[in-house]
Amino acid sequence: MTFDEKYYNIGFLDQLSYKNTIVHRLDPRAKVIITLLFLFTVISFPKYEIVALLPFFLYPVLLMTLGEIPFMFIFKKVVFVSPFAVFIGIFNPLLDSGQVSIFHGFMISAGWFSFFSILIKFTLTVSTALLLIATTSFPNVCHALRQLGLPSLFVSQLLFLYRYIFVLMEETMRIVRARNMRSYEKRGHGIRVFVRIIGILFLRTVERAERIYFAMLSRGFQGDMPTLKRFHFSRGDLGFAVFFIVFLFIFRFYPATEILGRFVQGVFS
Amino acid sequence: MHMADALLSPAVGATMWAGSVAAIGYSSKKLKENIDNKTIPLMGVMGAFIFAAQMINFTIPGTGSSGHIGGGMILAVILGPYAAFLAMASILTVQALFFADGGLLALGCNIWNLGIYPCFLVYPLIYKPIAGDGKSTRRISAAAMISVIIALQLGAFSVVMETLLSGKSELPFNTFVLLMQPIHLAIGLVEGIVTAGMINYVRKAQPEILEANSFSRPLDAGISIKNILIAFVILAVVTGGALSWFASTHPDGLEWSIEKVTGKGELKEATQGIAPFLKGIQEKTAFLPDYNFKPADKEEPKGNETPAWPGIETGTSFAGILGGSIVLMFILLIGFGIRFFKKR
Repeated sequence: MTFDEKYYNIGFLDQLSYKNTIVHRLDPRAKVIITLLFLFTVISFPKYEIVALLPFFLYPVLLMTLGEIPFMFIFKKVVFVSPFAVFIGIFNPLLDSGQVSIFHGFMISAGWFSFFSILIKFTLTVSTALLLIATTSFPNVCHALRQLGLPSLFVSQLLFLYRYIFVLMEETMRIVRARNMRSYEKRGHGIRVFVRIIGILFLRTVERAERIYFAMLSRGFQGDMPTLKRFHFSRGDLGFAVFFIVFLFIFRFYPATEILGRFVQGVFS
Repeated sequence: MHMADALLSPAVGATMWAGSVAAIGYSSKKLKENIDNKTIPLMGVMGAFIFAAQMINFTIPGTGSSGHIGGGMILAVILGPYAAFLAMASILTVQALFFADGGLLALGCNIWNLGIYPCFLVYPLIYKPIAGDGKSTRRISAAAMISVIIALQLGAFSVVMETLLSGKSELPFNTFVLLMQPIHLAIGLVEGIVTAGMINYVRKAQPEILEANSFSRPLDAGISIKNILIAFVILAVVTGGALSWFASTHPDGLEWSIEKVTGKGELKEATQGIAPFLKGIQEKTAFLPDYNFKPADKEEPKGNETPAWPGIETGTSFAGILGGSIVLMFILLIGFGIRFFKKR
């Protein structure tokens, strides 16, 4: 991904999070907790499980459709970060060569099951994490984390970081553009220039931090970043949380997919 | 390299989360005690700086490929260990949420691998002694090079251990280590050069920034031996605990890990001592006690006569596939249905 793309990507995700839909209006705490539970449940499945994982697509699909998040955007991001999981997982079919038959007489290496299981888990976890941000906005997630007990210093750190990413990226983009305009082919793209560039960027950053600090002091900063927004846990939030806790529980402990399959099989045979 | 959710087992993920959250809490407490408020915006902006710097590519000499920086050591040198650790943790959080680098469950692992090692182990134990009083360019360069490389090697090795203990990948230990360590040696070399260059550049241009950090502020006067010991104890408990989980299901699994890690079976007593303790904690804290916390179902599937294998017997598997497709269809239908009705 080039610099500009990466920048606009994070900007777009931020924009999405300021929509006003049912999902966006849910209490951030409910979304954070349910998402963590969801991830934990998905990861807890044994390594050969595939079928029982499928119902779990409901959660990201609901977040995406009700939250009006474009499918291709999430899909592209998931594909883009997949190489590591694929790279590690692809060895499974080669190394785990026990044969398993799926249909009558049709044999397949057991490693393929664990590989596909890894892929499905990967898709589920990554897309859900992205959708959490796209439907909650980063500052809201931070405030939720603080209310859930994370140290306020760390939360202010997150908020600061997020706020200044955009500012510093603009600055960095200007510097990179300047470098590209002055360099022919590969000249000027080496380590020496790079070190100076980030050196300069660093000095500008420190100066900026100083200005920010004075500006904050003059507005009464005392080491904490309070928020005016008050969240309250409404009945809808509770309903959302309870529904998904029950959902996760059922589909974790009962092979519902398989039972459904048997039932349909019984009807048609 | 970032650890990924899909390769993790809940036991390993939760253990690493616990370790990282404890470190975040500890650092916040330490910082709160003796921070001047000026550091708070500096930390935040420095985090954003590393982020922005990571997005500038440069050409690695000799090869045609391009690299970017990781930044843990730069932060440690400029902010001191506690602030640097919090900044690093926040960077990784944003990366996990926005770029899906790693994932939310793997975030604990990533904070551990990329934050704890550079800030709490390498910085006080390696960078500080070698760099000395920070007056000699050569010593700073050497210190930066060596510490970046060591920190990255530790991180890469942890990725290997976490993946293996999770048991989702079939890669054998040797192969995995041989894949990971050399790659990260190369990355470490480049990053070391950049880190050294940048620290020296800053030292020439505005020496007061570095001096202010390494001398005037009490919290940067160095981490006490006690804290380092604590870090090591946590490390020992985490590895011991994880190993014992692994061991409790597969006796032979422990054998090879111990052999590979220590060269002999000495650790066995230690892990056995820790295991029941951690198990107790786990039983108390696990909100869904029936969860399969075993790192792996290593039972080798040998055709269709293994009943330990859920849902992959002939017959069962057909029902599984059928049920799975119906469920997927159903979810797709819900999705498209909502889209459709929203558009109208």
